[in-house]
Amino acid sequence: MGNYVGKSMKRVEDPRFIQGKGRYVANLTLPGMVYLAIKRSPYAHAKINSIDASAAEALDGVLGVFTGQDLLNDGVGALPCGWQVPNIKIPVQYALQVDKVRHVGDRVAIVVAESPYIAYDALDLIEVDYDPLPAAIGAKAAMDAGILVHDEIANNLSYTWEIGDKAARDKAFAEADHIIELYLINQRLIATAMEPRAAVAQWNEFTEEMTLWTTSQNPNLTRVVISAFTLQIPEHKLRLISPDVGGGFGSKIPHYPEEILVPWAARKLNRPVKWVSTRSEAAVSDTQGRDHVTKARLAVQNDGTVTGLDVNTWADNGAYLSIVAPLIPTAFYITLLSGLYKIPGIYGNMWGTLSNTVWVDAYRGAGRPEASYVVERLMDLAAQKLGMDPVEFRKKNLIPAEDFPYQTPVALQYDSGNYQGLFAEAEKLSNYAQLRAEQAQARQNGRLVGIGVAGCIEASGPAPSAVAGALGGVTGFWESGSIRVHATGKVTVLTGAHSHGQGHDTTFRQIVADQFGIKPDDIDISHGDTAVITNGMGTYGSRSTSVGGSALVRSAEKVRGKMMKLAAHLLEADEADMAFDAASGNFHVKGSPDKAKSFGELAFAAYTAHSMPAGMEPGLEEDTYYDPANFTYPNSAHIAQVEVDKETGHITVQKYFAVDDVGNVINPMIVRGQVIGGIAQGVGQALWEGAHYDSTGQLVTGSLLDYTMPRADGFPMIQTSRTVTPSPHNPLGVKGVGEMGTIASTPTIVNAVMDALAPLGVQHIDMPLTAEKVYAAIHAANGGGH
Amino acid sequence: MYPPKFDYYRAGSPDEAVALVQEHGGKFLAGGHSLIPVMNLRLADPGALVDIGRLDMKGISSNGSGVTVGALTTHAMVAASGDVPTALSEAAGKIGDPQVRNRGTVGGNIAHADPASDLPTVLLALRATIHTNGRSIPADDFFVDLFTTALDEGEIITSVSVASEAANTGSAYAKLPNPASRYAMVGAAAQVTIENGVCAAASVAIGGLTPKATRASSVEAALVGQPLNSATLTAAAAAVTNDLDPDDILGDIHASADYRQQMASVFVRRALEAAVSRAS
Repeated sequence: MGNYVGKSMKRVEDPRFIQGKGRYVANLTLPGMVYLAIKRSPYAHAKINSIDASAAEALDGVLGVFTGQDLLNDGVGALPCGWQVPNIKIPVQYALQVDKVRHVGDRVAIVVAESPYIAYDALDLIEVDYDPLPAAIGAKAAMDAGILVHDEIANNLSYTWEIGDKAARDKAFAEADHIIELYLINQRLIATAMEPRAAVAQWNEFTEEMTLWTTSQNPNLTRVVISAFTLQIPEHKLRLISPDVGGGFGSKIPHYPEEILVPWAARKLNRPVKWVSTRSEAAVSDTQGRDHVTKARLAVQNDGTVTGLDVNTWADNGAYLSIVAPLIPTAFYITLLSGLYKIPGIYGNMWGTLSNTVWVDAYRGAGRPEASYVVERLMDLAAQKLGMDPVEFRKKNLIPAEDFPYQTPVALQYDSGNYQGLFAEAEKLSNYAQLRAEQAQARQNGRLVGIGVAGCIEASGPAPSAVAGALGGVTGFWESGSIRVHATGKVTVLTGAHSHGQGHDTTFRQIVADQFGIKPDDIDISHGDTAVITNGMGTYGSRSTSVGGSALVRSAEKVRGKMMKLAAHLLEADEADMAFDAASGNFHVKGSPDKAKSFGELAFAAYTAHSMPAGMEPGLEEDTYYDPANFTYPNSAHIAQVEVDKETGHITVQKYFAVDDVGNVINPMIVRGQVIGGIAQGVGQALWEGAHYDSTGQLVTGSLLDYTMPRADGFPMIQTSRTVTPSPHNPLGVKGVGEMGTIASTPTIVNAVMDALAPLGVQHIDMPLTAEKVYAAIHAANGGGH
Repeated sequence: MYPPKFDYYRAGSPDEAVALVQEHGGKFLAGGHSLIPVMNLRLADPGALVDIGRLDMKGISSNGSGVTVGALTTHAMVAASGDVPTALSEAAGKIGDPQVRNRGTVGGNIAHADPASDLPTVLLALRATIHTNGRSIPADDFFVDLFTTALDEGEIITSVSVASEAANTGSAYAKLPNPASRYAMVGAAAQVTIENGVCAAASVAIGGLTPKATRASSVEAALVGQPLNSATLTAAAAAVTNDLDPDDILGDIHASADYRQQMASVFVRRALEAAVSRAS
């Protein structure tokens, strides 16, 4: 532990957020600004016969109504897919559709007007003549629907992917004492970030420079995509700014059509243009998450040893492929099927399909929760079949601590871990034996009390760029980190990682402060503006600290190296005799702490440059592009207790215990906050959330009146603890934490509910576990009829 | 989030409010928590709003035998009141979230007559009277159908009155909330009076699952004259089936009509149990 790393510093960004002083895109007003609104399809699938905008164009205050043809005439390019697995069929999609709409909310036309009120009035005046078509719905069903979302993509099958050891799998199932089978649905989710997306664009006709303020988790990456593919504004003439962003959960990774439409209109009309998504619009335009149908089998021996896992998954991508959509159910899903366990024979196979629904892309955890859910549901069913305690059953199959680094049969090499220690801590934190004793008592009293456990793995901190490239990535996954030491000893830090709630301003200050022995208040973190940060990859996949933080450490090391040489020169000492004291920030002669130069003195000396070592340039700033050597592998063991109301099917989460190993921890308070927030989100999937499309493709859960978000009153106080096995391959020894809670809590809660219902013989209910579904299962188990 | 254009008028008195609506058309605006969302979604286009929010119709007064709740009293005020029957404060406390309860009003709520709203069910069970600028209407006659009341054009609710609850009377509201909106999918309100160990009076209503809240006469009949033990409460609650026409029961993705029907007796029983425990 340094002066600051490892301490629960309060978040420096919070006073601003708590007092309503955040600066979001929607807060931005520019002189002469006009407002854009989007005419969206009310149909899931329809031919566009004609668009009559004459009445809208005639409305006072309307500057223009534009359609897809206007964009095509200007040469605006199609939205690209940035993850191209072999033989993938990528549907063409433009910012505005020309002849066909393919989901409710698909884009048909835009209005630009002097006020948002006029813009929305004008939308109502645009007459679109549609021929409605039947809709292809369902991750698996869409393949056989006989309805093509895109005429050129047969069976609505965009791509397939498979990985694993087929022979080992076949052997495992041939020799298995028991085969556990499970058919499950991992339902579609809507991210519902607190801040809806927004964009403002300003065109400078003289310099031909475009500035786009947008709610992006990765503004630099989006700039590359806009420059290279869609608007094709030269990268050096395009500035993206993502100021404060109110949550993303993956839904703010993609390059969105609105990021084309708003700047295009700004240039066309030579006026600043603003668009702010409504909540209803977000439900039919933000990328959604999950949506898998899976058939899985687990091979188990009588003694409880798991020998094989076979998984077939159909993943719905929606109507178009979003930017990294094909990554999520392939390299972020099948590769995680080994979980925490030593399973010799694993094979996974998936079909990536298209349907007449909103597109699907990364959503907190992104593929890894889906994998953990399959594995952890099967582990519970297997334990039950063998009559073993689910914790004991898992412990029997954990990868031994001495086997790290551990090569799984599904490509990944886990960096480090101590899963036995993790489970021991979870049993201790939850007082597991006592929980089971209380459950036995409750069952005797006729109560449906259940205890759920899940042990989960995540591959976080994507990713070695060469690995990404080999798996289909169009881009690399390094991160940039620059340190600019000013003459007065103050420090500006530039990072390509983008904070949209994670607390980078605090975490990165702690890291950099300890690198130099200075105060966090002397450091500012800059992110989110491509005019300041030249290149960067952004924040997702729990990568910011392990990849972005490591880049900062490397830059700090370079700066310190230069300061050491300068100090030796000024003290007339040999560099080999010098030492750096991290507590004081002094560079001194070994054994003589008084023969020292402070951080501030050296910063000043580097800029006055009155006496530099031979060949050394003035100045004190360094850049790093850090390409990680591997993913990091955070892991967790969560235990929860629930009670089911027999009369109604209502579930109450009574106790929740989370033990996570995220490697070294920079700020325990922020880490705990990430874990708790993640748990809430994962419990949301287990119990409440679900995007529901009807057979015509209408989104029934299109508003928060029908889409159930988790709320504080649905949770007990969550108890957390940690084990620490540092990652061996990054300088901070950190692993990711942003998604771990979400990954673990979903199976933990579903397992708990199934445990509560086990005495009735109920084996599985698909999420969300609504009261009615649970009631129906209880009712059926009790003999049905009423 | 951008409603169609409308004119805005603020009334200084109930008479002026009525005159403004007669002159300009449009709708009365109280707390706005039902009206403004549908306008923002462009599902309603009233053209004009007559703001009655500052009229002197806010507050709760009790004269010992009865309680009057002004039409502009917020749900939060009702929830915090010790004067109103427990079922009413309990129901008001379960409406929406704190922001809704601090803005939404009793009068606005019942004038809107949302089938999933909590207050109509409670007011039926409490045999409340709804007072307007021209007349007094028993709750049984006030709620007509889905989003439809006995109010005439230009008629404005001024207050709601209910009988005070004596020590031997208890009431309660039990609710199966929609998990997303927290509106009632099933809501049951009950008020019971106990004399000499038996039920002297019972008033029960069920709502949330039908186009309008319904008096549970069969349940009431099964209670009066009976000792209020677990067996009679369960049997009486089961009789709610007789008060519901299965064809009337609403269903959606959160709760099918079949499930709601089965939950009706559960929540009637829970309301009865709580009401009995409060009557001492």
